[in-house]
Amino acid sequence: MSKPSEPTSIGTASPDPETWKSTTLAASLERLPKRKEAFTTLSGLPIDDLYTAADVNPGASAKEIGLPGEYPYTRGVHPTMYRARPWTIRQVAGFGTAEDTNGRYKYLLAHGETGLSTDFDLPTLLGYDSDHPMGMPEIGKIGVAVDTIDDVRLLMADIPLDQVSTSYTINASAFALIGMYEVVCKEQGVAAGKITGTCQNDILKEYTAQNEYIYPPADAVRLVVDTMEYAAATMPRYNPVSVSGYHIRDAGATAVQELAFTLAAGHCYVTEAVKRGLTADSVAPRISFFWNIQNDFFEEICKLRASRRLWARMMRDWVGAKDPRSWMMRAHSQTSGVSLTAQQPDNNIARTAIQALAAILGGTQSLHTNSKDEAFQIPSEGAIKIAVRTQQILALENRVTDIVDPLGGSYYVENLTTRLEEEAEALIRQILDRGGMVCSIEDGFIQRHIADSSAAYQRDLEAQKEFIVGMNIHIDPEDPLPFEPFELDPGLAERQIKRTQGIRRSRAQAETTSALKEIENAAMGSDNVMPAVVRAIRAQATVGEMCDVLREVFGTYRGPIVY
Amino acid sequence: MKHPLRVVVAKPGLDGHDRGAKIIARAFRDAGMEVIYTGIFQTAEMITRTVLEEDADVLGLSILSGAHLHFADEICRALREQAAKEVLIVMGGILPPPDIPKLKAFGVAEVFGPGTPTSKIVDYVRNWHAAR
Repeated sequence: MSKPSEPTSIGTASPDPETWKSTTLAASLERLPKRKEAFTTLSGLPIDDLYTAADVNPGASAKEIGLPGEYPYTRGVHPTMYRARPWTIRQVAGFGTAEDTNGRYKYLLAHGETGLSTDFDLPTLLGYDSDHPMGMPEIGKIGVAVDTIDDVRLLMADIPLDQVSTSYTINASAFALIGMYEVVCKEQGVAAGKITGTCQNDILKEYTAQNEYIYPPADAVRLVVDTMEYAAATMPRYNPVSVSGYHIRDAGATAVQELAFTLAAGHCYVTEAVKRGLTADSVAPRISFFWNIQNDFFEEICKLRASRRLWARMMRDWVGAKDPRSWMMRAHSQTSGVSLTAQQPDNNIARTAIQALAAILGGTQSLHTNSKDEAFQIPSEGAIKIAVRTQQILALENRVTDIVDPLGGSYYVENLTTRLEEEAEALIRQILDRGGMVCSIEDGFIQRHIADSSAAYQRDLEAQKEFIVGMNIHIDPEDPLPFEPFELDPGLAERQIKRTQGIRRSRAQAETTSALKEIENAAMGSDNVMPAVVRAIRAQATVGEMCDVLREVFGTYRGPIVY
Repeated sequence: MKHPLRVVVAKPGLDGHDRGAKIIARAFRDAGMEVIYTGIFQTAEMITRTVLEEDADVLGLSILSGAHLHFADEICRALREQAAKEVLIVMGGILPPPDIPKLKAFGVAEVFGPGTPTSKIVDYVRNWHAAR
């Protein structure tokens, strides 16, 4: 067969994009003008008429993009990506008592989930026991209630912790849950070196986005570093921190702000550990990340690619980490909760599937897909099954798992990846120049950025510059409720309080008191609190009691109100 | 001319999700109302006290934590007992539809779920004020 002739450009115009603009494009626009004046990403970055090879990494080379599994990891952290192993299907779940949530775990695992993730109730997140007056109205409502080690034993019952990795979404009181998880793993016979799992434990974004904080920011960061140091020494395969952009984005931030505030937080934890005398390479490899996947398909893909490249540079060049595992960003992603609509909730299935595809094309390591009914309630079993099935369809039917970074080299994708990286880096440098994350939280700098972006988006939505189908366009007059209601057991609060009070009565109190005193002594000085925390956990101290000890030492905090 | 409406926007309980509360506080402020936003971690007593001390006309409650029935009942009851004038109570957040009639029975005048334009909420409050 003869070699095909060299391709020629179609039509008469020159392949030069500038000439294309003045001829082909101009003629077309005369006939049919653009449907809007300015095209931007969801985060407001301009989108040009056309992207060509000239737009790929302006001023940079292929080295900047790199190859999969190699610095700077733009194209993914593994050379094989999903060709070797698909992402972990990790749906977060938690409600009621430990037994209730354990039941949901078993349901999810039976339907093909491959990793577990726990939401805790508000009293647990804020370090109040279930019988505390602040806690009582909220027991088990948005997560599982945990007061003592007994609750974690029940939560993890019959789950093979040496095979299934578990993530805990908890921050202000994370030190207590990390300790409880370690103790329960050991009780199950898992060797310290085999304990896997993740704790969110990213306190900085609590002050700017999720608002579940207890102590002043600097003391809270010290606790995070305590857990990092402790985990590095005792559970080397455990991820003690999952730095989270998720909540920052859902609170209203742009993709650039999500990147910047999250990477700046990760940088803060690593540099604080270094200040303590640890090496960056002893902690950075076990830091993971957690991203929010919003509606702008390409921007989200580019965000994940940019996050890996920027983090790799920050760890290698800014912090001086030597181990490639320190440069390598591993991330969990979740489709955007805030993008779900209460109107026509079935549409959320389509919305979530498209967001999930973006997470996969962006190279996520694990994924949570939201359920269609989450604008109303904790997801029902039927709704969460569709969410799991969505991931399975993507993993098994579409072949998107067969290509590594299929969008690498796309003119637009490479260009937007670079722009997101540059914008995020500029904002991170601004934060560092003004004294870092803690002071940018205390003076409301970060909260101001998020509140302004949130307000701007709301304005655009109400002006119909942005559209949400079923909400501000294609509205149905009446929404039927096509989903099963989720109902909590009305007796759960009573059951939980009874269990906790029974433990307080039956435990060896002298031992508990002495362990709590030990936490206090460590917190007042510079010793790591974790060994004392684990001792207190074994002595059946409650989450609330341990957090109260630290309230006495550190005090509590109220951030500036910025809106 | 009537005085500018005084509105308290409050976050009851331990729920930290404040995007909606901040959006609505900003919308009331932009509409010329006097807004007091309590911030997070408010008990029913704290919210009631703020409404009374600020002599508020309107109370907007935002709850996404599932504890809406508990707090709406306590706050509506306290204001009915203690407020010298009628306070309009409106609510937003993650609120399951079957609970909405219960919230209204407690004394919540209207519930605005996710996706409600702020202009609709502002108009509702203005119309209530104009009709008094």
